[in-house]
Amino acid sequence: MVVRRRPQRGHRYTESPVLQLALQGWRSRMVGLLLMGAFLLLLSRAFYLQVINNDFLQEKGDSRYLRDIEISASRGKVTDRNGEMLAVSTPMKSIWAIPADARTMNVEQKRQLAEMVDLKPRELDGRLASEKSFVFIKRQVPPQVADRIAGLKLPGVHQEKEYRRYYPAGDMTAHLVGFTGVDDKGLEGVELAFQRELLGRPGARTVIRDRRGNIVEDVGATRPPQDGRDIVLAIDSKIQYLAYSNLKNAVIENKAKAGGAIVVDTRTGEILALANWPTYNPNNRDKLSGEQLRNRAVTDTFEPGSTLKPFTVALGLERGKVRYDSVIDCAPGRITIGKATINDSHPHGALTVAQVIQKSSNVGTTKIALMLPPREMWEMFDALGFGRPPQLGFPGEVGGRLRPWKSWKPIEQATMSYGHGISVSLIQLARAYTALARSGDVIPVSLLRADQPVAHGTQVYSPQTAREMRSMLELVVQAGGTAPKAAVPGYRIGGKTGTAHKLEGGAYANKYVASFVGVAPMSDPRLVVAVMIDEPGAGRYYGGDIAGPVFSQVMAGALRTLGVPPDALPMHVAALPEQEGKL
Amino acid sequence: MFRLNLVLLLIVVMCALGTVTAQHRARKLFQALEGEQERVRQLDVEYGQLQIEMSTWATHPRIEKIARERLRMALPAAARQAEAGGR
Repeated sequence: MVVRRRPQRGHRYTESPVLQLALQGWRSRMVGLLLMGAFLLLLSRAFYLQVINNDFLQEKGDSRYLRDIEISASRGKVTDRNGEMLAVSTPMKSIWAIPADARTMNVEQKRQLAEMVDLKPRELDGRLASEKSFVFIKRQVPPQVADRIAGLKLPGVHQEKEYRRYYPAGDMTAHLVGFTGVDDKGLEGVELAFQRELLGRPGARTVIRDRRGNIVEDVGATRPPQDGRDIVLAIDSKIQYLAYSNLKNAVIENKAKAGGAIVVDTRTGEILALANWPTYNPNNRDKLSGEQLRNRAVTDTFEPGSTLKPFTVALGLERGKVRYDSVIDCAPGRITIGKATINDSHPHGALTVAQVIQKSSNVGTTKIALMLPPREMWEMFDALGFGRPPQLGFPGEVGGRLRPWKSWKPIEQATMSYGHGISVSLIQLARAYTALARSGDVIPVSLLRADQPVAHGTQVYSPQTAREMRSMLELVVQAGGTAPKAAVPGYRIGGKTGTAHKLEGGAYANKYVASFVGVAPMSDPRLVVAVMIDEPGAGRYYGGDIAGPVFSQVMAGALRTLGVPPDALPMHVAALPEQEGKL
Repeated sequence: MFRLNLVLLLIVVMCALGTVTAQHRARKLFQALEGEQERVRQLDVEYGQLQIEMSTWATHPRIEKIARERLRMALPAAARQAEAGGR
C-alpha cells in the first residue's frame, strides 16, 4: 500500500516516513472517475424525473399550491307575471364533521356547537359516535350562524355551501310551484316540470394559493358558472290570491272535501290563477299528506255534469239541428232510453233551447244530443281537448276519460251530453270554455307568460254559434237561471253550473261535485273562470249555490285587477256626470 | 469586454428585480380583485335575502288584512263606481 521512501539523512521527528507518503497516480484518477460516474447517475436520474417521466412529481408539486375551486351556480327563480317572487334560492351552509377528529373537542366546545346548531349535547355526541368518516351535523344553517361556527375553529368540523329554496307565497301557490328536495332537485310542480331549465351548472377554476390560503393567481381556463334560468309563470299573484282565498273560504264554509279554481285569459291562454284546497306550506313540509299534495285542478278528473251541456247544445246549433228559439218538450221531467231513465232535478214543460241551458235541463240536452251522430259528438269533445292531457308540461297531468264513439250506446251518448260517463280535469274544462269565449276556437293553455295573444286556435264552432251560446250562458246568471249568485255587479257575465253525482265503486253515490265555469265580460270576453268544489257537506250542493259565489268574487276581483272596464254600468255612468270632475 | 459584461449583468439584475416587483404587484391587485368579487357575491346573497324579506312582507293576505283592519278600507259598491277616462 504505502511505499517507503528512503529516509533523508538523520531522522527527525517531523520527517516521519509516514508523512512522506505519496499516492499512486491511478488511484486519484479512479476516485475522480467514480465521483464523475455518481454525478452522471444523479444527472441522468434528474433528467429522467424532470423531462421524461415528470408527471408524478408535477402532480405532487401542483397539489401543494394548485387548487380546483368549484364556483356554485344558483337555481333559477320562479316569478309570477309581474316579477313577484314565488320561489327563490338563498345560500345556506351545511355543517359536517369527520367524527374521529371531532371527538377531540372538549366539553365546552361541544356545548357551544350544540347550542349553535340547535341540537341537544347528547344528540351531537350520538352523531359524532358514528364510525363513518363523514357525518352531517346540521344542514341548511343560515350563513351568519355558520360564520360564527367557523370562528370557533373546532377540530374536524367543516362546512359546505348549499342552497335553500324559499317560497314567499307559501300555501297560496304551493301546488303550482311545487318544491325541491334538499339537494336542489325539483320534486313537485313547476320545480319538477322545469327542473332542467331551473338547474344551474356550477363552474370551475384552477388557482394558485399561497401559504395563507389566499388565491394568488388564476391558472388555465376558468369555466364560468351558469345560473339556472328564471321561470316566469303566467300567474298573476293578485288574482291567484283572490282565487285561493275565496276557494278556501267556500270549501271551509260548505264543509267540502276539496276544491279547485282556475282563471284563464281567453286572449293568450295563460293561466292567471290555479288554486287548490287543501294545500300545504312548501316552506315547512314536516307533516305532508298525499291529500294536500294533490294538484286537483290538473291531476284529478271528475264527471263535470251540466257544465258540459253548452258544448252539446252548441254542436246542435252548429249542425242546424236546433235553433236558438226552437222549442223542446221537456215534460214530464224525465226521459227513458233503453232501460235507464234520465231525470231533471226540477221538472220543466216546453223549453226553448236557450231555456234548456238557462234551467239546465237534462231531458232537453238529451233530446238535442240524440239528434246528433255519436261520431260528431266525439269529434267535438276530442277537438275541445277532452280525453287527452293538456300538455302543460306539468307532472301528473291527466287526460280524463273519453271512450271511442264506436262503442257508445244511446244512453251513454245521452249521459255524456250532460257530463256524465265522461271525466275531465278542471283545467281541461276551463280550456274547453275558451272555445265559447272566443270565436269558436279552443286555444292551448299555458303555464308560462306568453308575450303575444294566440292568433287562432283549433276551430270547433263557428263564431256565430259561439256568440249565440254566450248569450244563452248569460241567461244562466239572470233571474230564472240556475246561478243568479254567480252574477258580478257591473259586468255582463255568462256561465254554466254543474252539479254532478260522484261515482263511487261504479255506482253514483249521494255525493256531489259542484262546479261553475263562466266567461266575462260578455261584450268582449277576457277571462274564463272555472270553480270546482268536491263533496260539499253542509246541506247545499248545487253548483250555482256553492261554486257560483266563488266564481262571482274571483271574476269581479280579476276583472278589476286587469282593469277591464265594466260593461253593465251605462245608467250609473250617465247618472254621475257632475261627480266625474272630483274623481 | 469586462465592462460590457458588467453592464449587461446589471441590466439582467434590474430586469429580474422588475419582474419580481411586477409579479408582486399583480398578485396584490389580483387579491384586491378577489376581495371585490367576494363582496359582489355577498351583496348578491344579501339582495336575494332582502327580496325574500320583501315578498314576505308583501304577501297578499297580509296586505288585505292591514287594508281591511287597520286602514278600514272596503270595496266601493257598484253604484259608487264610475269609469274614468271620459269615454
